[in-house]
Amino acid sequence: MAKADILGESLWDAYSDKVTTLMNNPLHQGEIFEADAQARGHKLIVADFGAESCGDAVRLYWEIDSKTDTIVNSKFKSFGCGTAIASSDVMTELCIGKTVKEAVKITNIDVEMALRDDPETPAVPPQKMHCSVMAYDVIKKAAGLYMGVDSESFEEEIIVCECARVSLKTLQEVIKLNDLTTIEQITDYTKAGGFCKSCIKPGGHEEREYYLVDILRDTRREMDEEKMKAAADASASGESKFEDMTLVQQIKAVDAIIDDSVRQFLVMDGGDMEVIDIKPTDEYIDIYIRYLGACNGCASSATGTLYAIESTLKEKLSSNIRVLPI
Amino acid sequence: MQVYLDNNATTMVDPLVVQEMMPFFSEIYGNPNSLHKFGTASHPAISKAIDQVYTAINASDADDIIFTSCATESNNWVLQSIFTDYIVNGDKNHIITSEVEHPSVLSTCKFLEEQGVKVTYLPVNDQGIVEAETVRGFITEKTALVSIMWASNETGMIFPIAEIGEICKEKGVLFHSDAVQAVGKIRVDLQKVHVDFISMSAHKFHGPKGIGALYIKDSQALTPLLHGGEHMGGRRSGTLNVPYIVGMGKAIELATENIEITGAKIREKRDRLEDALVELSDTFVVGERWNRTPNTILISIRGVEGEGMLWDLNNGQIGASTGSACASEDLEANTVMLAIGADNELAHTGIRLSLSRFTTDEEVDYTINHFKEAVARLRAISSSFAKQQPTVGGEVQECELH
Repeated sequence: MAKADILGESLWDAYSDKVTTLMNNPLHQGEIFEADAQARGHKLIVADFGAESCGDAVRLYWEIDSKTDTIVNSKFKSFGCGTAIASSDVMTELCIGKTVKEAVKITNIDVEMALRDDPETPAVPPQKMHCSVMAYDVIKKAAGLYMGVDSESFEEEIIVCECARVSLKTLQEVIKLNDLTTIEQITDYTKAGGFCKSCIKPGGHEEREYYLVDILRDTRREMDEEKMKAAADASASGESKFEDMTLVQQIKAVDAIIDDSVRQFLVMDGGDMEVIDIKPTDEYIDIYIRYLGACNGCASSATGTLYAIESTLKEKLSSNIRVLPI
Repeated sequence: MQVYLDNNATTMVDPLVVQEMMPFFSEIYGNPNSLHKFGTASHPAISKAIDQVYTAINASDADDIIFTSCATESNNWVLQSIFTDYIVNGDKNHIITSEVEHPSVLSTCKFLEEQGVKVTYLPVNDQGIVEAETVRGFITEKTALVSIMWASNETGMIFPIAEIGEICKEKGVLFHSDAVQAVGKIRVDLQKVHVDFISMSAHKFHGPKGIGALYIKDSQALTPLLHGGEHMGGRRSGTLNVPYIVGMGKAIELATENIEITGAKIREKRDRLEDALVELSDTFVVGERWNRTPNTILISIRGVEGEGMLWDLNNGQIGASTGSACASEDLEANTVMLAIGADNELAHTGIRLSLSRFTTDEEVDYTINHFKEAVARLRAISSSFAKQQPTVGGEVQECELH
């Protein structure tokens, strides 16, 4: 938020002239009927995407010359706002003259670019970027119908943010490489989540299979697990630094030293000790212990014995260790 | 011709109101809290405005009506201070409201939930209103406040405030009503209805923006939201906004002095408009007419997406509103229409037309024509009205989006 956002831009003022013109007078609005296509010796494909209950619906008509797989004519019908109608119109325009295989390569980004007045200025405000995604989806569906394959087979990777076309794989990589911890950072790095915001978390404009919040959480967990695994591996090979161990590893390491080098002397005097907690501070790694049996209240437990325990642990584990009896 | 039919969003300031406000900008500009005559010069006008507001809602002299900056402030004040007084510093922990309140109530309730308050959001019936008995069922010993709107901004439906007030009184629970859409549209008589607090806003009844009020029954205690000097008895600090207070007084007087007659005239135009629009096939209007504010129509038009319809109306110089703009990030469909259990399909097709006492018969005629033209154009483009069926396998089985 800054000065420019205080009033906020009016939604419709952010539309390009092309969007406005096509909304008012769509060029390819209409239907192609089966009988007419047949009479011309062509095949008709009609695909629906979305529904009124979703707030957006489009029906795409392709008249295809089967000899060359070329889309010779295309029309649309749309239940939607101005940008949905303008996007559908440009989509049909882009399809005409292409083969089905070429048309499948048209993405929502192409549709949005075609709606721009100049290449540098987006045709629609961020929250409307989503409308052109419908165009992309319905083309896949029409192509799937014509080629007799599942429309999802055209998608080579899992797209999490459709507006910016960012894949799951890209997101996971970027989070790991840059050690990202917030959704804002993900948007800054990838643009994902910067447009209609549906992919950020459930409850947005559109229901998604993957959400950024989940991807971030799962990737962070994966990163933590990798870290822990690395620590465990290092520990197993005896190479790990005490500071890098997980808490459980630290407790085990301390216990092992106590068992090996300390406990026998305490037991000889009828005493014992246990480790209560380990807490790293800025200066020390504090190990809280409790004396048991005869050690409890023994004069030496706060002086000589304590010194012996601490220096043993310091020597074997880390010079930063401080032992605090409670 | 241009026609403004978005009077539930805001209204034109009545020129008579502007006239009344004018002297208090550059002529009588003293701070009313000052001792000198520059300050006291505005006192008669402020007193008059206070009288006008008390009279308009029939408040008793033992009650307080405190001027605020807007109804959002009034709503925040009640909710946040009930939290402070009865939840943080008391033994209550529960607030009851409805699913269809204005965002200034809903967002504040969400905020209070984050602070640990239990909030019940009551559902509405097929008429879009909360039934009084539903409220009764949810009141517990921990309930600090019931906050239910007097009339809906979206549908114009009037809630059973008198019955809810009686239930709250019987149960000893405080009752607040956001009366923004009621005051100035229908008679609000606080001698006949039991409410502890009501919120009002001047710009909804042809007064200026930036001024509202909170009614507080029997001057009961409520921690201030804004702390500062001892303005308005210390209840709400900030130098009195003299011209706007004067404007609100005049506006509420003009809106309420002949409210039954004015309301009937608006209702007549509204009904004529509504009758003409429902002649279109596959349309329906939310809520029974007799129980609506006289100026409001929320109409659903099958096959015509709300924002697309607004676009075409705007091209025809008509300003209306939709709760279902497909750009909104959180509200996919009109929440009120979903709440009343409307078909999902219709929830994206709501258009709200809200008239005022300045709406003319010519404007109604003009709107009827343009509205029908817009519906015809958009239905011609609409996939909902397409004839050629999809290729087998190409149809949508269910909503693939949301």
